[in-house]
Amino acid sequence: MAITEVKQTSPSQAAASSAGQQFQIEAKTLDLFYGDFQALHGINLDISQKQITALIGPSGCGKSTFLRTLNRMNDLVKGVSIKGEVRIGGENIYDKNVNVVELRKKVGMVFQKPNPFPMSIFDNIAYGPRAHGIKKKSQLTEIVERSLRQAALWEEVKDRLHSSALGLSGGQQQRLCIARVLAVEPEIVLMDEPTSALDPLATLKVEELVNELKQSYTIVIVTHNMQQAARISDITSFFLNGKIVETDVTSKIFTNPTHKQTEDYITGKFG
Amino acid sequence: MNNVARNQKIAFTCLSVLGLLTVCILIYIIGYIVSQGLHMISWEFLTTKPRKMGSEGGIYPAIVGTVYLVLTTMIIATPIGVGAAIYLNEYTSRGKITSMIRFATEALAGIPSIVFGLFGFAFFVILLKPVTGGWSILSASLTGVTMVLPTIVRTAEEALKAVPDSLREGSLALGTTKWQTIKGLILPTAMPGIITGIILSIGRVVGETAAFLLTLGGTILIPQSLFDGSRTLSLHLYMVAMETGAMDVAFGTAAVLIVLILVINITASWFFRRLVKRFS
Amino acid sequence: MNRILEEKIVKVFLFITAITAVFSVLLIGVFVFMEGMPIFLKYGITDVLFGPVWNPSSGVYGIWPMIVGTIYVTLIAILIGAPMGLGVAVYLVEIANKRIAKLIVPAVELLAGIPSVVYGLFGMFAVRSIIAELERGPLADYLPSNYQTGYSVLTAGIILAIMILPTIINISLDALKAVPREYKEGSLALGVSHWQTIYKVLVPAAKSGIITAIILGVGRALGETMAVIMVIGNTPLVPVLDWTGLFAPARSLTANIALEMGYAGPEHQQALFATGIVLFVFIIVLNSLTTLLVRRKGRK
Repeated sequence: MAITEVKQTSPSQAAASSAGQQFQIEAKTLDLFYGDFQALHGINLDISQKQITALIGPSGCGKSTFLRTLNRMNDLVKGVSIKGEVRIGGENIYDKNVNVVELRKKVGMVFQKPNPFPMSIFDNIAYGPRAHGIKKKSQLTEIVERSLRQAALWEEVKDRLHSSALGLSGGQQQRLCIARVLAVEPEIVLMDEPTSALDPLATLKVEELVNELKQSYTIVIVTHNMQQAARISDITSFFLNGKIVETDVTSKIFTNPTHKQTEDYITGKFG
Repeated sequence: MNNVARNQKIAFTCLSVLGLLTVCILIYIIGYIVSQGLHMISWEFLTTKPRKMGSEGGIYPAIVGTVYLVLTTMIIATPIGVGAAIYLNEYTSRGKITSMIRFATEALAGIPSIVFGLFGFAFFVILLKPVTGGWSILSASLTGVTMVLPTIVRTAEEALKAVPDSLREGSLALGTTKWQTIKGLILPTAMPGIITGIILSIGRVVGETAAFLLTLGGTILIPQSLFDGSRTLSLHLYMVAMETGAMDVAFGTAAVLIVLILVINITASWFFRRLVKRFS
Repeated sequence: MNRILEEKIVKVFLFITAITAVFSVLLIGVFVFMEGMPIFLKYGITDVLFGPVWNPSSGVYGIWPMIVGTIYVTLIAILIGAPMGLGVAVYLVEIANKRIAKLIVPAVELLAGIPSVVYGLFGMFAVRSIIAELERGPLADYLPSNYQTGYSVLTAGIILAIMILPTIINISLDALKAVPREYKEGSLALGVSHWQTIYKVLVPAAKSGIITAIILGVGRALGETMAVIMVIGNTPLVPVLDWTGLFAPARSLTANIALEMGYAGPEHQQALFATGIVLFVFIIVLNSLTTLLVRRKGRK
């Protein structure tokens, strides 16, 4: 399947991809409609492996909608229709025979508001692996510890793994949600304004964590906090009115953008 | 101006009296039944068989009958009712079939219990006699299932609706199927609300008489299987009061029923409070 | 792939559970009508509906006395229960402080939970003895002797009024709570007194909800069986149509079925199912009224 395809990319395959560089996610002329309303217009975006790509833009510009097309969360919304394609690891995820459940296992997602499940910390992390058929207690314990360590939460919660996750602070809850995603070993992690509900200190911790995760995961993050995008991302893509205005290396976007609209936005003239 | 103030005072006083009257009525009913019946309640009353057509002795068979009937009804009704609620809330949006199901559920809630009894008599007792054994716990339970279905569906649906969508998204985004999400996350989260509905339904079965009068047979013998007839506490109360004329036993049974209903109500509200707490 | 298959099986199973309610309603309708129609066909709809004599042992099946009896007790129950229930609802929403409300709300819940046979037993003794004393004391000169037992439409009406209180209180409570605060504030800001605001603004604004509450209360009263049987006297005769009729023993449609099903022969059973049809039709009319009302409110 697609997973193995990416992991076993041979040099020749990489060379075969268009820019000579390997893109893990490729959106091609993607249109999205809510009923009659067109929310995304011909989105083209290539996202590279093990990098942080930030999607910025004013609210309602389509950045979150686009993010949710990457793991087909928009399928849950009534009346959504999609044209064009999104290729992940070379496979169009909107193909008829794509298994959405497997896709979401590969493409994890962290939401705007922390959404810990009303169960213990341990069970929150073990939830995904259990659903995917892992039953052995020792294996689960190992996954829980590893995921919590990866999410820099282990030290804080190791003594109360079996108390309710709802008792954690907002920032801890969000890191728990990240750990929960990591526990199912995705290749890509989508983050939808993951720090917008957190205080500055907690935000900083999550940002550090995201930076760490880049080592092993491809990260796409939606944020309306431009400093955040500048701080953590490698590539930034600016969305406006359902279209991509420009995508470039982050440092270039924030210092020397090509388009006037981008400049206006990052200098705070609108949005 | 004076007049207006006086009118308001009179009106508010009347309304307060009505409010307190409601409480007084409840206290009077419970007090009356308990004061007339409490002296009957003893270990012997609860654990021995009736003598002389129920005019003397205990109410043991009626307790056994009530327990059997409640258990059988709930074992059948719970999966159906909760399943229907899951289907309505998680699997469909507004459509023709859904509105038909909702309409039918509403209609079931409005049908008088004696009509359920007629139906149960014609369908389960007479037509399906080879399967149900005629007047039997099974016939009465199946009738009871149709009666409590609306309560279970409605409360379970409310409980499922109260589970925030962010949890559903969080789970699905981990690559779980819809059913895994429902089974592993949504149902456990909604459980206190679902249990509230189940307990309320138990109260309904315990209190119901008319429908079981036509389907349960009313024998005073201890049932040996689901295919035997029986009587519940409520049915026993009715029969000894109206047919045997043993008012002592009737009041004793009524007092037992009141205690049962109190316990059921307190348990239900405890679970309800847990549900409220879970989402606040 | 296993999970996908499971998903499909589950969906089919859930769909089956969901349509159980539909099938139940259909079956109930079909069976009650199938069993009851032969009587209407054999003796004629008007003769059965409006026949004043119910005498199964000689094959006379007039349901009229039970129709009148049912309407009579229901009317009494509503005339007592509706204003009282509405009053309590208004009191709870507008006047009562939290402590008193915390006392009344669970009390109403408990009232709803008390089994109808217990209401019946309570009525048989507590309420009937009061009515009987009234009948035998101050009213003795005006009432025939068979109206002096305490078993009467009035006794049944009082018990039913208590039984429908929770329905009326809870539903009108929701309706009153749903009235936008601005209505009330707007009225109070004009210097209108709180009480005037309640009966000129609040109650009219909640009108359709309150009417729904009353209709559901009527449905509950119409359908009640056990409590009525135990206090109404069960005489299948049309009560006298003046005030003394309040004290007449009578029989309701529901009581007719419950009392006689146990020993009825085949044709007699059909006549009891026919009684059930009449009850069913009453309920359908009521339900349609509610649906109509809700729809009209939705359109506004």
